[in-house]
Amino acid sequence: MLTDLTITQAHQGLRKKEFSAMELCRAHCDNIKNRNKEIFAFLALREDLALNEAKKVDDLIATASDFPALTGIPVAIKDNILVEGMKCTAASKILENYVAPYDATVVKKLKKQGAIILGKANLDEFAMGSSTENSWFAPTHNPHDPTRVPGGSSGGSAAAVAGNMALGALGSDTGGSIRLPASYCGVVGLKPTYGAVSRFGLMAFASSLDQIGPITKTVEDAKIIFEAIAGKDKMDSTSVEPQLSISDSQFSIKDLCIGVPKEYFVKGIDLEVEKLVKNAINRYKEAGAKIVEVSLPHTEYALSAYYIISPSEASANLARYDGIKYGFSKQERSLLDVYLKSRGEGFGAEVRRRIMLGTYALSSGYYEAYYKRAQKVRTKVIEDFNNAFKKVDMIFTPTSPILPFKIGEKIDDPLSMYLVDVYTVSINLAGLPALSVPCGKVGKLPVGLQIIGQPFRENQIFQTASFFETLA
Amino acid sequence: MISPKEVRHIAALARLSITKKEEEGFRKDLSAILDYIAKLKKVDVSETKETSHPLFVKNVFRKDESEKSNQGLVGLAPETKDNYVKVKSIFK
Repeated sequence: MLTDLTITQAHQGLRKKEFSAMELCRAHCDNIKNRNKEIFAFLALREDLALNEAKKVDDLIATASDFPALTGIPVAIKDNILVEGMKCTAASKILENYVAPYDATVVKKLKKQGAIILGKANLDEFAMGSSTENSWFAPTHNPHDPTRVPGGSSGGSAAAVAGNMALGALGSDTGGSIRLPASYCGVVGLKPTYGAVSRFGLMAFASSLDQIGPITKTVEDAKIIFEAIAGKDKMDSTSVEPQLSISDSQFSIKDLCIGVPKEYFVKGIDLEVEKLVKNAINRYKEAGAKIVEVSLPHTEYALSAYYIISPSEASANLARYDGIKYGFSKQERSLLDVYLKSRGEGFGAEVRRRIMLGTYALSSGYYEAYYKRAQKVRTKVIEDFNNAFKKVDMIFTPTSPILPFKIGEKIDDPLSMYLVDVYTVSINLAGLPALSVPCGKVGKLPVGLQIIGQPFRENQIFQTASFFETLA
Repeated sequence: MISPKEVRHIAALARLSITKKEEEGFRKDLSAILDYIAKLKKVDVSETKETSHPLFVKNVFRKDESEKSNQGLVGLAPETKDNYVKVKSIFK
């Protein structure tokens, strides 16, 4: 089946002319039509355009002896990343009819390689959530068990890849939004180093935390997409050229020193999850890696700091949705009423909750006690990682403390939903790269191993994670 | 617990209309989250500086020149006039 392939396999097939880009594209479009009703990974499709582009790719392949690894590869884009001419909704009523006026830099880069964009993937509204239930349209279901959530907020992207509806996808990660759904859907997801990938054309949620990254079936595929989208962009002043050129430096697993933070294996973790992650760590030990217990003492406080910093930044970033410049607009008599009603009716419950939380933390009298203190705790969290990385090359943890939960189970209790992010938010606070790779299943439910690396050492993470795939 | 008055004040600052029924829900949710977040008070940060941005911060300047026409952008506004975004009058 063409939809079972990885990007690497599909690239080989296209090179050997075993099938055409048209056939590859059509197979995925057909599968979306079969499965999307049940899974709801996609909010919008561009079948005709995609098939047209695939045909052009076939013309190119017919004459070219070599072409990029993403040429003719069908991909999904999270619907908070702009694709020119397509609606970009952020799964929000306020942007229900917003049509993107330009391509995000990452989209431009994918198109330049000849990747075929199939459509836009579902998400928690404005990427705020851990289950994709906060989509204004409908929740996405986990392809491994449709009664359960796919994780969030990039749940549509992860479900599209896990459900063989796309060979790869882009997601965004502010506090775990790529890694958590990758873990819950049994696929690979990378949150790159802060600054490694341009965010131009990504709808800003929390600007000091947001990063775009790949969700794929294999580590090798994640590397292909990451390399295609990474690099400095003049349109995003926070993007940088890779700082270290260790791209092809090979190393052996037995040279690695892997840190395991004791604070990540405490009360609250599912025992089956703990067992699978510890088994995975053992495999590295058997291969000769040195395993060291490390301490990240401020882990307990990272989630609190995150849930002040990210809503604070969000409350500022989302001020632009005012019913005046674009999007849903409630035509009232006074300007203030336009603001109040457009935003009150346009934003969903979780988005309003976070805007209010952020507004509270930044408001007069509370700024010092909440926002400033959270920023100081952020420094502590970063110091913890710096200290650990003096002793170890990488840090291994579970991606999530629990298995994919039932749809509806946590939606009425925001705090219990926030706690799902407990192992992922610290990485964003510190700006580090981290990847989730499947490390087993409990019944039919996947479990992810999170590999945290040092800034700009994505290649070390890829090589380390690939080793685990070869064991499976 | 934060008060209903505080909830209304925050909603007004955030430019969000909320119904009476929602007000109680937000009060309950925000109070629970703030109670959880209060554990930050236990961290000794007396000697610690704030981090606003991971890794590094550097200002990047460019010339203030437009590279694209604004036509496509203005067209996204709900109300426009003569290639301008139209807003409600703000003086009575």
